[in-house]
Amino acid sequence: MSEFLSPPKNIDRWLGIGLSMLMGLVALLLILIVAFLASEAWPVIQGDSWARFFNSDGWYPLENKFGLLPMLWATLAVSVGAVVLAFPLGLGSAIFIEYYAPRVIGKPFSSVVTLLAGVPSVVFGLWGLTELVPLINNVHPPGASLLTAILVLTLMILPTISLTSRSALSSLPAHLLQNSAALALSKKSMIVGVLVPTASKGIVGGVLLALVRALGETMAVLMVAGNVVQTPSGLFDPVRVLTANIALEMAYATGEHRAALFASGLLLMVLVICVVWMTSRLSSGEVNGYD
Amino acid sequence: MLSKSLTLLLTLYIVFAGTAVVHAKGNTRLVLTGSSTVAPLALEMAKRFEKSHPGVRIDVQTGGSSRGVVDARTGRADIGMASRSLNQSESDLFSHTIAFDGISIILNKSNPINSLSNVQIQNIYTGKIRNWYQVGGPKMPITVVNKAEGRSTLELFLHHFGLKNSNIKASVIIGDNQQGIKTVSGNPGAIGYVSVGAAEFEEGYGTPIKLLPMSSPLSRPLNLITKQAPDGLAKQFILFAQSSEVNDLIEEQYFVSLAAPSK
Repeated sequence: MSEFLSPPKNIDRWLGIGLSMLMGLVALLLILIVAFLASEAWPVIQGDSWARFFNSDGWYPLENKFGLLPMLWATLAVSVGAVVLAFPLGLGSAIFIEYYAPRVIGKPFSSVVTLLAGVPSVVFGLWGLTELVPLINNVHPPGASLLTAILVLTLMILPTISLTSRSALSSLPAHLLQNSAALALSKKSMIVGVLVPTASKGIVGGVLLALVRALGETMAVLMVAGNVVQTPSGLFDPVRVLTANIALEMAYATGEHRAALFASGLLLMVLVICVVWMTSRLSSGEVNGYD
Repeated sequence: MLSKSLTLLLTLYIVFAGTAVVHAKGNTRLVLTGSSTVAPLALEMAKRFEKSHPGVRIDVQTGGSSRGVVDARTGRADIGMASRSLNQSESDLFSHTIAFDGISIILNKSNPINSLSNVQIQNIYTGKIRNWYQVGGPKMPITVVNKAEGRSTLELFLHHFGLKNSNIKASVIIGDNQQGIKTVSGNPGAIGYVSVGAAEFEEGYGTPIKLLPMSSPLSRPLNLITKQAPDGLAKQFILFAQSSEVNDLIEEQYFVSLAAPSK
C-alpha cells in the first residue's frame, strides 16, 4: 500500500516516530509485567521446586502443598464450557440482527447485546450468587459449582462473540450478497454456505477473544464457583479457577504462599499468551477472513 | 527512541515504588494496614482521633492480618492491624489489644437444628456427617462452607476444633464474612462460620441466618501491632483506641470492648 502514498512529509515522519514510541512503550509494559510476575514467583520456581505445582496432592499452602493442576483443569473447563454455550447463541444473534431482524426489533436487540457487554462482572456475580446458586442448589447442592460458573460466564462473553461475529458479517463485501442473490440461493443457504464460511476467520477470532476474557474473569467466577480446589469430575462440583485463587488469597499470603500465587498468575499468563498466539495465526490472513 | 521511553518508564516506576515505601515520618501522619476485621473499627477510631487532634492524618488500609504484621515489621506501616494474637515467630513485635471479636457458627434460618456439639461440628467439617438427619435434622445434604487459606478466622477455627485444613471436606470456600453470610442465607443446608459482629449485624438486619450457641467461646483479640514500644503519635492513638472514649464505636460494630473481655 505504502508505495501509492505521497512521499513522506516531515509531519508524517514525526507521527511515525511518535507512534512507534508508543508501541514500544506498550510492548515494554507487557514484558515488564511478565518479568515482574516471574521475579516474584522465582523463589518457588527455581531449581526443581516448580515440580511441586504438578505433583502435590492439593493446594494447602499452610501445609506446604502447592498443587496447581486441579485449578488449571477447572479454569479450562469453565472457560471452554462457557465458550461452547456462548458460541451458538452469539453467532445466532449476530445472524439474526444482520439478516433476519426487521429494523424495529434489530436495533433495540443489538443495543441490548451491547449493554450486556457493559454490565460489570461483579453485578453478574451478585446475580449468580443470590439467584442462580439457590436455584441450582435445589437440583443438586451446594449450588455453587462448575455449571453455575459456566452459565454466568456464558452471559458475560456472549456479547463479545455476538458483536465480533456481527462486525465480521457486516464487513463482507456487497458483491457476495449480490452474487448469491443472482444465483437465486435461499437466505438460509446463502448464510450457511457463503456468508458465515467467508467471515469464519473473523468469527473464530472473536471466539478466541471471548475465551481470553473467560480465562481472565475473576470476580463473577469467584462468587459462584464454590472455590473448592479439586479436579472437576461433574458439572455440579464446586471448583476454583486460577484467577479466583489469586484474588482469594493474595491479600493474606506471605512468603512461599505469596510466591506460589504469583506462579499461578504466571501460568495463567502463559495460557493467555498461547490463546492470543493462536488468534494471531488464525487471523494472519486478510481482515475478517475475506480474501 | 527506545532508550528514551525506557528512561521515562523507569522514572515512573521509581516514583510509584517510592510512594509505597516513603511516607511522612513526621508526627502528623499515621499509616495503619492489615486485618479487614479491624480496619472498619480502626477507621472510625481514626476519624474521631483526627477530630480531636487537628492536623493529624491517619490512613487505614486493609490487607489481612498477616500483611498487617509484615508491614509493621518492615516499617511500611506505623501500626499493623491483626485479628489474632501474635504467634511465636512474631514475639519480637508489640501487640496492643483494642477489642475482642468472636467467631460464630451460622446456619440458614429455615434449618430446625438449634445446637451442635463440638464433635458434631468436627464430623461435619471432616465429611463424616454429610446429611442433617444424622444430627437430628431433616433429610437434607449438608453444604460445608469453609474460609480461604491465610484468613485468621480459618486459623482460629482450625485451632479451636483441632482440625487440619487438608482434612476438611468443604463444599464452598469463601473469602470475606459477607460472602459467607450470603452463601448460608441462600442455601437451606449450609453451615459456615463468620465473625460474630458481622453475623449479628446481618441477623438484626433480617438476613435469614441464625447463630448457633457455642459450648466454649471462640473469641479472638483485635490487635494493633508495632515494631517497637510505641511513642509519639502512635502511642497517643493506641492509648486512645484502648480508652473508654471509643466504647460506643466498638459496640456499634458488634465487637466486645476491653471493659468486658469475658463474653
